[in-house]
Amino acid sequence: MNLIENLNKIFDSRIRLGIMSALMVNDEVNFNELKELLSITDGNLASHLKTLEESAYVKVQKGFIGRKTNTTYSITKAGEKAFKTHLTALEKMIGSIK
Amino acid sequence: MNEQQQSLQDIQQIKQMMERSSRFISLSGLSGVAAGACALVGAWFANGVIEASGGTSNYRAVVSRTFASETVLDFLDHKLFQIALCTFFAALLSAFAFTYLRSKKNNIPMWGYSSKRLLINVAVPMIAGGIYIFREMQLGTYELIAPGCLIFYGLALVNASKYTLSEVRYLGYCQILLGIINCWFVGDGIYFWAIGFGLLHIVYGVVMWYRYERVAEKN
Repeated sequence: MNLIENLNKIFDSRIRLGIMSALMVNDEVNFNELKELLSITDGNLASHLKTLEESAYVKVQKGFIGRKTNTTYSITKAGEKAFKTHLTALEKMIGSIK
Repeated sequence: MNEQQQSLQDIQQIKQMMERSSRFISLSGLSGVAAGACALVGAWFANGVIEASGGTSNYRAVVSRTFASETVLDFLDHKLFQIALCTFFAALLSAFAFTYLRSKKNNIPMWGYSSKRLLINVAVPMIAGGIYIFREMQLGTYELIAPGCLIFYGLALVNASKYTLSEVRYLGYCQILLGIINCWFVGDGIYFWAIGFGLLHIVYGVVMWYRYERVAEKN
């Protein structure tokens, strides 16, 4: 049961896992883009982003495009490391069937 | 058992999000087939015009007459130009239609960040190529127009492959190769065009459809 302990609790949520996946392969992704990718509501997305931000896995940059706010998110070093560890743990879980 | 299944699903979700967020994957194989068919029909008509005015041996004369038109109106009035324009728009429209249908079916918005990025990356080599070919027309090196189109289009595809289905890269390589070969068979541009824009598109489209969409349609 050691295996389960290696899994990151923060990535239990599919949405947070999805956000991290998108940030792994893009330098930065803005709020609307994430919303579109995950097809969830503003409030829901914001709360998941907050959790990731509090664990220092994502950075927020607030900016403007004209008058509209443009908030972009990117992954931190710690986030990248945590995500990779989580992936390895997932692989081990699957490997353990054999 | 349940946990393992969950892990598998998690990994699938990760894979899907990585793909969806970085690549435009709605590009339909049928778009390729449709564009290729338009190109073949266009080439057939163009060949008719060339043959009617003295056959392929007279290629240079026919094409140069088109571009050496005295006024812009004369140029627009020329059959070869009209055929090219119609072919281009027919191909673009039909390609757009099939990709639109596919993105609708997969519930991925067609005009998103991934398609924008794809478009920019296609546009850069295409615009550079367009300017280059325009200069070739002005300077009268008509034989190099067809190879130029193929080479720049191939480069655009290779560049685009990072932002859409990665197999586009091989279509790009084939177009570049064809364009380079064409440089040594000047005067046969119309055949190389038909192979590159017609045949290769159709082959690519069929392979892509078979690989990605046939299965999806069954489910």
